[in-house]
Amino acid sequence: MASKVNPDASADPLIACDECDLLQRVPPLPIGAKARCPRCGSTLATRPSDPIDLPLALTVTAAIIFVVANAAPMMGLSAVGRRASTTIIGGAYEMWLQGEPITAAIVAFCAVIAPACYILFMLTVLVAARRPPVPYWVGEVLRWGLHMQPWSMFEVMLLGVLVALIKIAELATVDPGIGMYALGVLVVLFPAIAVTFDPREVWNRVEWAEGEMPSAPPGSETMRAEATR
Amino acid sequence: MTAAALTAARAGLVSCETCKLLSRPVHPDHAGHCPRCGAELESRRANSIQYTWALVIAAAICYIPANLLPVMNTTAFGSTEPDTIMGGVVFLYTSGSWPLALIVLIASVMVPLAKLIALGYLLITVQRGVPGGGRERTRLYRMVEFIGRWSMLDVFVDTFTVALVQLQPLMSVAPGPGVLFFAAVVVLTMIAAETFDPRLIWDAGSQGERQRG
Repeated sequence: MASKVNPDASADPLIACDECDLLQRVPPLPIGAKARCPRCGSTLATRPSDPIDLPLALTVTAAIIFVVANAAPMMGLSAVGRRASTTIIGGAYEMWLQGEPITAAIVAFCAVIAPACYILFMLTVLVAARRPPVPYWVGEVLRWGLHMQPWSMFEVMLLGVLVALIKIAELATVDPGIGMYALGVLVVLFPAIAVTFDPREVWNRVEWAEGEMPSAPPGSETMRAEATR
Repeated sequence: MTAAALTAARAGLVSCETCKLLSRPVHPDHAGHCPRCGAELESRRANSIQYTWALVIAAAICYIPANLLPVMNTTAFGSTEPDTIMGGVVFLYTSGSWPLALIVLIASVMVPLAKLIALGYLLITVQRGVPGGGRERTRLYRMVEFIGRWSMLDVFVDTFTVALVQLQPLMSVAPGPGVLFFAAVVVLTMIAAETFDPRLIWDAGSQGERQRG
């Protein structure tokens, strides 16, 4: 559903498009709707049905599955009477041992550290956002959480594991482990958290860095427009 | 539409990149910090073009050894065989899984190259102030941002192959020097996509409109 710039709706919050800087007012959205920038087509705002509790439930689930995905073996191999298996972090560690410390660090970051931080930061933000006086630092945590999102690469890793499985299957017998199925669940859960979550909802509840909302710097009528929820 | 477009920058406002709050900066050269979330305010990402060019050039240089050097060295029954990215694609194709060969070819060889070309094109058109086509170029930018992570595929394939196939002395796989360059290409282009400011595409467009009008 596209939004039209409506000059009469002066009570709607005025925002600038992230991708083309066009000023526009976002009308109140019905549940499930999306507001798009009329000039560049980027998504300005979404309105999930339950922007805090549903992503919280999904994040708690993701946290549990994430522990399983990291603790259980990803895949096992048996050849000439010998068996071997690896976990996610075991893969990065083996790279380290084999003389590729930088690659190992990149893999560990994209496969373990970034997703772990994302889950942790989102849990903090969502739990904190449920109790109305949301302290200022929650915004800081949310910012870091959103930075971690593009670096959590579960879907890429899952495809990588599958390709590796097929490659090795030529040489030895391989079997997928519990870790791989857990990874498959995370591939679905991570985008689900992002889709059901609405950062605007948190920003509307967070206490301002520079004191309370009414004491915002004067001479900015647009800021007042944003403050009327 | 574009000629009359009122952007935040033209209205003297700055939109916070973190929480999207619009505020009027105290001083035009010194936007300061967002009153709501405390993030540093910038009308446009600072030195976006220079940083993006630097990262794109660095990634383009790394792209060459990433494809020429072996990403894996397979030792089986006493003989060692190097494996490049293209070698891996050929191996998958000849072993009968051509859909996977195609995925690896697209993700590892074509996507990084397409990203470098797309970012170069965006940078050149912004620097020359090319007007028009803003919507298409923004879409191109969004695509670069979206597909970037998929190039990491081969790094994960190599990591898990190396981790699993350690059956000394019969058969073992060691990472090759190419994998580091390959990971570097992916990380550098991902950061390049983050430092590029898509709003510059539209700034150039509206300046062109103004000059013509």
